[in-house]
Amino acid sequence: MPKTYERREFLAELLKFPGATLLLGVVGPVKLLAAAGADEDEYDPTEHYYAMGIRVENCIGCGKCVQACKSENDVPDEPFYFRTWVERYIVYTDGEVQVDSPEGGIHGFPEVATDKEILRTFFVPKLCNHCDNPPCVQVCPVGATFKSQDGVVLVDSDYCIGCRYCIQACPYGARFLDPRTHTADKCTFCYHRITKGLLPACVEVCPTQARVFGEIGDRSTPLNRMMRMSHLEVLKPHMNTEPKVFYTALDGEVR
Amino acid sequence: MASEELARLESALSQVSGFIYPNEVELHWSILIVIYPYLTGLVAGAFILASLERVFNVKAIQPTYRLALLTALAFLIVAPMPLQAHLGHPERAFEIFLTPNPSSAMAMFGFVYLWYLMVVLLLELWFEYRADLVRWRQSETGVMKLVHWLISLGSRDVSSAAVAFDRKAVHVITIIGIPSAFLLHGYVGFIFGSVKANPWWSSVLMPIVFLFSAIVSGISLVLLIYYVTSLLRRKELDMRCLNTLASFLLYALIIDLSLEALDFIHRLYESEESIEILERLIFSKLFLSLTIVQILLGTIVPLVLLASARFSRLPDELKRMVYFIAALLVQVGIFSTRWNVVIGGQLFSKSLRGLTAYKLELGGQEGLLVAIGLLILPFLILALLLKILPPWEEATTDPEPSETRLT
Amino acid sequence: MITTLLTRIRALRIRIRAWRAASSRRKFPTQVIQLGVIFVAIGVSVFLLRQKFIPESFGELGHYRADAVTANAALEPRYAGWQACATCHSDKVEVKNKSYHRNVSCEACHGPASDHTEDFIEHLPEVPVGREPCLACHSYLVSRPTGFPQILEERHNPVRPCTSCHDPHDPTPPEHPQECSACHTSIARTKAVSHHAPLDCEVCHEVPPEHKERPHAHLPKKPFAREFCGTCHATDATPPEALRGVDFTVYEIPRIDLVTHGGTLVCWQCHYQHSPEAR
Repeated sequence: MPKTYERREFLAELLKFPGATLLLGVVGPVKLLAAAGADEDEYDPTEHYYAMGIRVENCIGCGKCVQACKSENDVPDEPFYFRTWVERYIVYTDGEVQVDSPEGGIHGFPEVATDKEILRTFFVPKLCNHCDNPPCVQVCPVGATFKSQDGVVLVDSDYCIGCRYCIQACPYGARFLDPRTHTADKCTFCYHRITKGLLPACVEVCPTQARVFGEIGDRSTPLNRMMRMSHLEVLKPHMNTEPKVFYTALDGEVR
Repeated sequence: MASEELARLESALSQVSGFIYPNEVELHWSILIVIYPYLTGLVAGAFILASLERVFNVKAIQPTYRLALLTALAFLIVAPMPLQAHLGHPERAFEIFLTPNPSSAMAMFGFVYLWYLMVVLLLELWFEYRADLVRWRQSETGVMKLVHWLISLGSRDVSSAAVAFDRKAVHVITIIGIPSAFLLHGYVGFIFGSVKANPWWSSVLMPIVFLFSAIVSGISLVLLIYYVTSLLRRKELDMRCLNTLASFLLYALIIDLSLEALDFIHRLYESEESIEILERLIFSKLFLSLTIVQILLGTIVPLVLLASARFSRLPDELKRMVYFIAALLVQVGIFSTRWNVVIGGQLFSKSLRGLTAYKLELGGQEGLLVAIGLLILPFLILALLLKILPPWEEATTDPEPSETRLT
Repeated sequence: MITTLLTRIRALRIRIRAWRAASSRRKFPTQVIQLGVIFVAIGVSVFLLRQKFIPESFGELGHYRADAVTANAALEPRYAGWQACATCHSDKVEVKNKSYHRNVSCEACHGPASDHTEDFIEHLPEVPVGREPCLACHSYLVSRPTGFPQILEERHNPVRPCTSCHDPHDPTPPEHPQECSACHTSIARTKAVSHHAPLDCEVCHEVPPEHKERPHAHLPKKPFAREFCGTCHATDATPPEALRGVDFTVYEIPRIDLVTHGGTLVCWQCHYQHSPEAR
């Protein structure tokens, strides 16, 4: 258990005195600040290098990650704009492969209405891969999208001119144009959360730990363990984008 | 978000077949991005035709030299407009000049365009017209005189030394201009050809194919404009000129067709993973615009028409009618080529599992009306330019036209 | 003063005229110098404009505005993270962390709660009501991994809310599931339309009773030799007691010579045991 949790537990015990309920209104935000690490040193991006792992065999296609992402990042509700989404693959015995992602999987998936015999079927969560060799950054004419020092590909929405070249260049369909700001948008690994020591929203709500967040390099994070113990794959390796989202049990039918 | 936008996307969603990534419902590069390569292609093609006369001494097409340059200028002026209209933030467009990303082909647009406009086209036109401008001013009054004075930058020297320098300058600029024209349109081909994420676009041949279809479209445009302006001015059409234009158009068409055929055969032979979805694309969404319009009506029919008319014993009146029809078909075909590349490349999913639809709206910032307006505008500008800088033989007050036309 | 100015202008004009007249004696004609001046003027002004308008933080860390990094980091989180919930609701968290829902974050069901940590009375997190929130994860979908607890909505106490039997913070079922199909639904459904339909799971799998309490800790046994399948399928086999109730006029058990059929492979290397139709 991390030190901060024990500290908070102790504080919580202290505050269980009668009448402390009133104080909580004041102390609450103060504690949240403490929890956020205001007493620690300021965030240094050169000390971190983020990546994500996805355990395909754990995903149940509940869509909570999609909901949480839209909620956390104020993504438009309409089903044409997704920073993350879930796909369902159904491989039939006759060789046909059916892929669907109804509204990105945000409300889960409907039952499969077919009598055909299924060979195998699974869910695959998708998001921006925060590539180490990002083609989207390569093609941006003005430098409005970039890879940060901590390995996160971000968009400068105050500088983006909305030419949409990056959206064309992404092989994974991870980008879209925000219809309100008319600038490119995509998953940011919840940069505003991870720089405060929190997890991305999608990782936070995943009920089966299908999403694993952490850092690559010599670090003790859940991701590092996953990278040691599992056989990993990335999407479209032949494109040489060097994605930093690593999949286990990734089926060959997944594009 | 705007309800029309929402309705458009929902309509597109309902026309999806197979699987597409959720973000792919919205088609990002619209008809405006089809128009941009079409216009720059015409610029490059018209300029290369003009350079044939000046650098390679093809005297027969001399009547179209200045006309071709003015056409190139009119279209070049309009060329950045569809790009500007398409941006999410047009007011930030200047950022391309402030902080161009050296790894981005699109960032090169600003510099290639400016180079071509300032150093090639405007300079060439200036040197070409300067002596005439000075002479015209001497016998003019009012607005036209002021306009000519402005354009000529108050220049007054028409000594034989100055005029000789002008001619030499035009020659040199044209030579520089040929690779510049290649660059102006070739880089657009590279913008598409270098996108590895899109198998319809990603190809080494893309800049070359773009360039040759540009040459085809430029030659046919100048042919059409020469024809129409001569008719409007009630002047005799120079058949030697028209025949030469038709020949060049024919040769360019043959090369263009060969390149496209090569691309097609190569794809079919290698049969990479994307072949299945691309086949579906060609035979469903693009059947009309590719097989019928681009290939049949836009390349093969004009090729046959041109070849048979050019090398036949038809009377001149009939010949030039055939040339006109062929040139018109070529224009439609080249526009369709741009459409098939730009829109076609976005009609299939990068998952290679599905197809989507493009809803072209009538109104709106990127609608059909704006597109038509942008296609008409260069002709209006050209009409103005023809008024201000008439390219016709009789406007030139050169005493000995044949002598001083030495290059 | 004005007269001096006019004299100066006149003198300047005479000089320009003389300079123009001397054009032929120069290397470059007048018009080129005129052009040159204009081009240089344009070039210089472009350069100066660039210096003025390029954003300040641009280029500090790479070809982008360094301010954009801080802008991206400055957004306010809406999800507080389960550890924030534990500060006040430690009792619930403690119970949950020992239950089957230990990996389900509080906000996965209760929604974003950052507001609640700021003002816990003004902003109350949502409390899931009805069956829908639970069905989002637990309704049967064939694509869900086998072993994940799933129910068939219409068959599993259809009228009652889930919470009437399952405490969401400790959702241990009131009774352990009796049927294997409760967790292994897709296998059960596949088997139900196959030739092995009359076989109960226990016929082939030895299931310890603890398996229904702690599935991963007490795994059932699986057959490991060809002879096992041979007890029904060998040419000279007599079907065991468990199958005595089955009507063999409907279909006959296919028989094979255990020695020669399939070489050294075990049966399930070719035949999917839950749907063993020979193809």
